[in-house]
Amino acid sequence: MRHIISVLMENEPGALSRVVGLFSQRNYNIESLTVAPTEDSTLSRLTVTTIGDDRVVEQITKQLNKLIDVVKVVDLTEGDHIERELMMIKLKANGQMRAEIKRTCDIFRGQIIDVTPNTYTVQLIGASDKLDAFIASLGNTTSIMEVVRSGVSGIARGEKVLSL
Amino acid sequence: MVVRALRDEGVKYIYGYPGGALLHVYDALFQQEDVQHILVRHEQAATHMADAYARATGKAGVALVTSGPGATNAVTGIATAFTDSIPMVVITGQVMSHLIGEDAFQETDMLGISRPIVKHNFSVQRAEDIPATIKKAFYIAQSGRPGPVVVDIPKDMTTPTDRFPYEYPKSVKLRSYNPISRGHSGQIRKAVDMLLQARRPVIYSGGGIVIGDASAELTELAQLLNFPVTNTLMGLGGYPGTDRQFVGMLGMHGSYEANMAMHHADLILAVGARFDDRVTNATDKFCPTARIIHIDIDPASISKTIRADVPIVGPSKVVLEEMVGLVKESSKKPDAQALDSWWKQIDEWRGRHGGHYRTDDSELMKPQQVIEMLSKVTNGDAYVCSDVGQHQMFAAQYYKFNKPNRWINSGGLGTMGFGLPAAMGVKMNFPDADVACVTGEGSIQMNIQELSTCKQYDLPVKILCLNNQSLGMVRQWQDMNYESRHSQSYMKSLPDFVKLVEAYGHVGMKVDKYADLEGAMREAFALKDRLVFMDIAVDPFEHVYPMQVPRGSMRDMWLSKTERT
Repeated sequence: MRHIISVLMENEPGALSRVVGLFSQRNYNIESLTVAPTEDSTLSRLTVTTIGDDRVVEQITKQLNKLIDVVKVVDLTEGDHIERELMMIKLKANGQMRAEIKRTCDIFRGQIIDVTPNTYTVQLIGASDKLDAFIASLGNTTSIMEVVRSGVSGIARGEKVLSL
Repeated sequence: MVVRALRDEGVKYIYGYPGGALLHVYDALFQQEDVQHILVRHEQAATHMADAYARATGKAGVALVTSGPGATNAVTGIATAFTDSIPMVVITGQVMSHLIGEDAFQETDMLGISRPIVKHNFSVQRAEDIPATIKKAFYIAQSGRPGPVVVDIPKDMTTPTDRFPYEYPKSVKLRSYNPISRGHSGQIRKAVDMLLQARRPVIYSGGGIVIGDASAELTELAQLLNFPVTNTLMGLGGYPGTDRQFVGMLGMHGSYEANMAMHHADLILAVGARFDDRVTNATDKFCPTARIIHIDIDPASISKTIRADVPIVGPSKVVLEEMVGLVKESSKKPDAQALDSWWKQIDEWRGRHGGHYRTDDSELMKPQQVIEMLSKVTNGDAYVCSDVGQHQMFAAQYYKFNKPNRWINSGGLGTMGFGLPAAMGVKMNFPDADVACVTGEGSIQMNIQELSTCKQYDLPVKILCLNNQSLGMVRQWQDMNYESRHSQSYMKSLPDFVKLVEAYGHVGMKVDKYADLEGAMREAFALKDRLVFMDIAVDPFEHVYPMQVPRGSMRDMWLSKTERT
C-alpha cells in the first residue's frame, strides 16, 4: 500500500542524506521525496511517499524516528489528509492541437504558464493520480517533451499538526 | 580543545594512530598527562580496543584516527561496535575545511562513509563548537540504545594559535533525541499477568542485559519465577552460566535444550534481544505455540522480524525492576505444578545431548577440551575475548560465564581480527584480571601486528590459538553443504607462531597433546607479567554442534555429524 510519511527534522547539513541513506540501506522504496525548510528556519519538513506492507511501513517510521536529526514522524495516510503535487509539463503545441490541449488543461484546472509558437508549458497541481490522469488524457493529442514533478507534499486535515 | 574536552569527560585512555590532519591534536596530547594515548599498529585495532573497553565497563571507549586511510581503516571497528550496540566515540581527523571536496591528500568523506554504521556523526564546522560536540557525542553514544559516534574534525579547527573561550557543558539536551527512561506500566502489568499464568515459559535474553547493566534484575526475576533462561551469543554472562535454571545459548549453535525449550514454549519473555536470523532460524516456523513479550530500549527492534504480543519499550534494567516488584506484590503465584513438569521435560532434553562431544575419533585434542580447560584454570572468572569462527562458538558453548561483561566478542558483525585488540583493551583497563584471547590461526593473523603494541605497553594477555590449520567454520559449511569441497579454507604456510611471538618479545608455547594442556595453561596464566601465545593443535575435522538445519524451526538441529532431530 502507498503511504505518505511526513518528517520534521533539524535543518542541518547531512540530515537529508541520513534519511535517503536509511531508505537505500534498508531496502525501502522511495516513490517521491520533497524537502524544504519550514516557517522555523531551524526545521525542515520532508515528505516521502513509499510503498510497503504494514510491517515495512512500521519499520520505516521507527527507523526514521531513530535518526538523531529527526524530530517527529507521522504517517499521514493513517488519517484524513490532503496531498498535493505540482507538475510542469512541456507539450508540443501547434495548429489544432493548441485548442485541444487548452480544453484538456481547463478540465483539469491546469494553467498554461509559458507559450511559444510550438509549445505549451502547463502547470498542474493536485494529487498524484490527478497528474497521472492528465498525462493519460493527453492521449494522441500531442507529444510530451518534458515532465517535471515536485513529488508529493501532504498535510493532515483538521486541527492535527506536525510541529515541535 | 579536543584533548581538554576528553579530559573533562573523564577519559583515561584513547587508542589511536597519528597522521597529518591530527598533528595539532597529537601535539596537544604530548603536552599533558591526564589523557594517555595508546599507539596501535593499525587503526582497526584502536577501534576494537576502545570497543572492548566499553564492553567490559559499559562506558564509551575513544579512538583517534587521522583522515583518509586512518579513517577508512577504522570503519570495520566502527561497524563492529554498531552491530553490537557498543558505545564508542571515534574522532577522525579531516583535511582543512577549505580543501574539503577538492580530493585533497588523505581526504575521504568520513561522514558519508560512516553514516550507515554509526548512531550519529558530526562534522565540526567551527572550532568553538568542539567541546559541545564532543559532549553530545558521548551523550548520544552512551544513552538509549548505545552505539558509536564519529566526530570528524578538519585540521584548521585545531590550530593551536587560534584561541577560543572553552567551556565543557555539564549536560546536553537535544530536542530531537529523548531516550526513553522507563517502560509503559500498563504493558508491564499485562506482561507480569502473563508470566504468572505461563505453563511452559522461557526467558530469552540478549546483549541488552549486559550493556544495560540489568543482570542482577534478570537473575532475580528468573529465580523468583523459577523460569528457564537462555542467552544469546551477546547475552552470555547476563545470567549465571553454572546456575541450574540456565539452559545455555540458543540459536544456530545453541544448546539442544535451549532450542527445544524455545520451540515448545507457551510464553517467551524476550529482553534486550532482537530475534536475529542466527537465533530464530526460519521466522515462519519460529516457536509456533508461544506468545511473546518483548522488552527492548529500541522500538525498532520490536516486531521487526517476529511480532511481539506484548511490546514494552524501555531500559531492561528499569522494566525488569518493575516486574520483580509486581511479581513480589502479586497474590498470584507461578503455576508450580506446570513448571514442575516443564522442568522435567527440560532436564530430559538436557540429558539427551547436554553438550556431549566425542574425544575418541582423533589423535589430536578437541577444541572443546581446550575451552573447558580454560574455564577450569580461570574458575570461569576470566575476561574471554574471542575472535570469529568455530573457536568463538566453542568458547560460547563451553566457557561458563557467571558474570556479565566477561564475554567479549563480535557477535553481530562477526569481525575476524577482533579478539587480540579486544583483549588488549580489556587488559589495559583491568591489569589485575585474567584476560584470555581465544582465537584461531586464521583470525589471529588479521591483527597480529598488535603483538608489538602489547610489548610497548606491557599487556600480558594470554592468547589461546586453536590451531586447526583451516578456516574451521568455512570448512564446516563446506563439509555440510558443498560435499567437502574445501575451497580456499585451508591455510598453507602457516608461520611458526612460537618463533613469531618470540620475535615480538613475548613467550610462545606449542601444545600438541591433551595431557600437556593443563600444565601449560596453568604455567601461562602464572606468568603474570608476560604475554603468552599458546599455539594449540586441535582436531581439524571437528564441527560445531548442535547446528540448526537451514530454513527449519528452532528444534531442527544436527546434533553430530550423523544425528539429526
